Parts: sequence; C-alpha cells; structure tokens
Amino acid sequence: MAFIDRTARGLLLWELLAGMALTFSYFFKPKATINYPYEKGPLSPRFKGEHALRRYPNGEERCIACKLCEAICPAQAITIEAEPRDDGSRRTTRYDIDMTKCIYCGLCEEACPVDAIVEGPNFEYATETREELMYNKDKLLANGDRWETELAKRLELDAPYR
Amino acid sequence: MAEILALLQTPIGHVVLIVIQALALLVPMLIGVAYVTYAERKVLAGMQLRKGPNVVGPFGLLQPFADALKMLMKETVIPSGSNPLLFLMAPMLTFSLAMLAWAVIPVNDGWAIADINVGVLYLFAISSLGVYGVIIAGWASNSKYAFLGALRSAAQMISYEVSMGFVIVSVLLIAGTLNLSDIVRAQRTVWFFIPLFPMFVIFLISILAETNRPPFDLPEGESEIVAGFFVEYSSMSFALFFLGEYANMMLMSALTTILFLGGWLPPFDIAPFTWVPGPIWFILKICLVLFFYLWARAPFPRFRYDQLMRLGWKVFLPASLLWLVLTAGVMTMIHAGVFGHGA
Repeated sequence: MAFIDRTARGLLLWELLAGMALTFSYFFKPKATINYPYEKGPLSPRFKGEHALRRYPNGEERCIACKLCEAICPAQAITIEAEPRDDGSRRTTRYDIDMTKCIYCGLCEEACPVDAIVEGPNFEYATETREELMYNKDKLLANGDRWETELAKRLELDAPYR
Repeated sequence: MAEILALLQTPIGHVVLIVIQALALLVPMLIGVAYVTYAERKVLAGMQLRKGPNVVGPFGLLQPFADALKMLMKETVIPSGSNPLLFLMAPMLTFSLAMLAWAVIPVNDGWAIADINVGVLYLFAISSLGVYGVIIAGWASNSKYAFLGALRSAAQMISYEVSMGFVIVSVLLIAGTLNLSDIVRAQRTVWFFIPLFPMFVIFLISILAETNRPPFDLPEGESEIVAGFFVEYSSMSFALFFLGEYANMMLMSALTTILFLGGWLPPFDIAPFTWVPGPIWFILKICLVLFFYLWARAPFPRFRYDQLMRLGWKVFLPASLLWLVLTAGVMTMIHAGVFGHGA
C-alpha cells in the first residue's frame, strides 16, 4: 500500500505541486519589505548608532575628561586631551572619535560616569569622504544638541536594566 | 490606396512589407522581453514576501529601461586570453537566433511572417542551433568556469531536446501537419493539452531545462560556476545573452501555446470569449506559460547534474516514447474506424 501511495504521489508530482501551491500562497501575503527611506523599522532604546556628547540642561557640557571611554575603547577610536578651564573645572580641549575605527560596542557609553558620551538612534550618517567620519568635539556636541530629546528618552527607558 | 497596393506587388515593395512585418513583431516582442525581466523580479519578490523594483517610475515600471541604459553605459571587457571574434560573435548568435525563430510564429489566423509548411521543423532547428552560441561563448572566453558552463549547457540542451522532440511528434501525429497555423486550427474542437496531458507536463518541464531556467539552471549555477558560459561577458555582450535567454523563454512559451494551448483560439467558442481578438488570447496564453516559468523558480532548488541527466534520459525519454506509441496506436485506430466514425 505504501508503495502504491508513494508511486502515485511521485507520478502525479504531488510534492512539486504542493511546493508550488505554497509559494503561490505567499504571493498574496503581506510583504515583509518596508519602504525604507520613507518608512523605517522600530529601534530598540539600546540601539547603538552615531555618537553624541550630551550637555546638562543649563548648557554645561557633561564630560569631565576622566578618559574612561578612551581607556576602555577596544578599537582605540577615541582621543582625548584635557586641561583645567579658567574657572578651575577639568574639561576636554579635544575629544575625537574616529568613526571608521569604532566598532559600536557601546563600552564608552557604559564606562561614562556622567552619561556624557552616548550612542544615539541615528544610523544614517554616511558621508562621501573618509575625513568627514573623523568626528571632533564640536561635531559630537552638535549631535548631542540635535538628538537630546531622543537620547534622554532612551536613557530613561534603559535605566531599569543598567 | 490602390497605388500603395500596386507598390507592394513589386519585389522591392515585398521586401519592405516583410521588414515592416518583422518590425511589427520584433519591437513589441523586445519590449515584452524587457518586461519579462521586470515581471520576473516582481513575481519572485512577491513569492519571497518582498516588493521588488518599485522606485523607477510608477510601480517600478521604468526599471527595464534603467537597466538597459546601465548596460549600454558599461565597458565591454574582452579578456586578453579570449578569441575576440568568436567572443563577440557568440552573444550576437544567441540573440539573433532567438529573434529568427519568431518568423514562423502565428500570432493570429494567418498572421505569421513566414507561414511555411515545416514550421515546427524550422523552430526545432533554430532552437538546436542555440547550443552553438553557448558553446562558442564558453570556448572563446578561455576560462574554466565558462567552459564548464558551456559543456553543461550543451549536454543539457541536447538531452532535453530529445524528449521534447518526441512530445512534438505526438502533437504532430494528432494534428497531421508541420504547419504551426494548421496545428492551431486542428485544436478548434479540443486543445491538445487535454488528450496529451502527460506530454504537456513533460513539455513544460523540458522547456525549463531547454532554456536553462531554474530549477535546471546548472549552466549558470551561480553558487558553483559563478555564471557559467557568460561569466566573462559584460556590458552589451552580456545584455545580448540576457535578452536572448528571455526571448527564448518567450519563444518556448509561444511554442507551448501553439502546440498545446490552442494558439490564438479562445477557450470557449461562445460569445464573450469570441469578442476578444486572437492576438490578445495568444499573448494572454504566453503570459500564463511565462508565469509558470517564473513561478517554477521560487519553490525548487537547483537539480544536481546527475539528477538532471537521469530525469532527461531515464524518465522523460521513456515516458514520452511510451506516450508517442500510445498516441500513434490510438490515431491508427481512429483512422481505421475502430471508434465508429473513422476519418
């Protein structure tokens, strides 16, 4: 009986037809593709994107030049130089991230005692030249100002798990 | 009007008429080929839950022209180890053979450029010649992958032509003619895919193999031999192969339509169906077979080479031979009047 069953199925191309019917049914399913530049997928609050240096609400930069991020960076993408400022506080004079070296591990963000350096939700910062990816302090602070609302929200959402 | 008719009677007028007819057939055909590439990407995308090209023009409808333009802009690379003459001749041969075959295809009753009495033989000869384009390309490229692809392709096309030949012969037995228009006319009562259903299935699968389409795309075999016989080709020489492949797909679909699906005939000979003109039915049927081509690409993985040969020689050949003998026997009995009303 099993032999007849198998032979009949083979001769009637049963499995092939079943496969074709399945692919045909997929033809009418909703598409998984999103219309990317106009439509974007959801991002986790922990998504590690472009870096930013944040400020306090009064406009003072958070970074205290402790260099923990520079020390922990496994790709050695961060370069920091620091001096005491006129008012005696310790501040960075130079804070560079080489985005071509960065591996987006997020260790700088975790090492930072004051939540100054963070990785934001932005992943669309492709440039036409390599040089544009050598971020300096101005660029990072500008990023912080631009994304502050989202950055604060993300930190708040992720805080319970830190 | 009379003057124009008189002009067409002269030898030059006759040639002009043929050129116009050829253009009237080939231009829509080439646009059709361009849109088969688009349809392939859309259908395949649909079956893989993707959207396919949708950016160039409305629904991505201008994508084929963007692709063609890109191809034209590229540089034609001729490998230093190749034989340049043969290397450039091969794609031209493939492409022009795919065009040539259309001369005998009847789009409507009496709408064939050359309504010759050996139409089937002509088509079969032309499609067999297609192997030369592949072999020459593989040989002239002077590359291992191209050569392997060409060998595979030649073996495959020849193997499947044998069983295809038997399938066609059984159709000819029933129709009693080699003229493609007459084969269609012979299907007025019943389309041949009903009495010859197993042959129809064999033919459908064989045309996939004949045109090197998935799941029989071993000659291209992206994962093993990169792109097979046209691995060294670029720019327009590649585009000609590409167009040739899709024109061959359309040609085989047209052949299936003529042999099994009643050509330009409407499915039922009653009012709403007979209002639609013949060429529309013909195109619709071609689209149906083409959809099968694209559809068959989605579910099946590529055949292994020995499986392909086994299917061709050990399954299709005996099966088509058996059905051929059966058909011949039944036809003899009908002609002898065994079933009452003999011919």
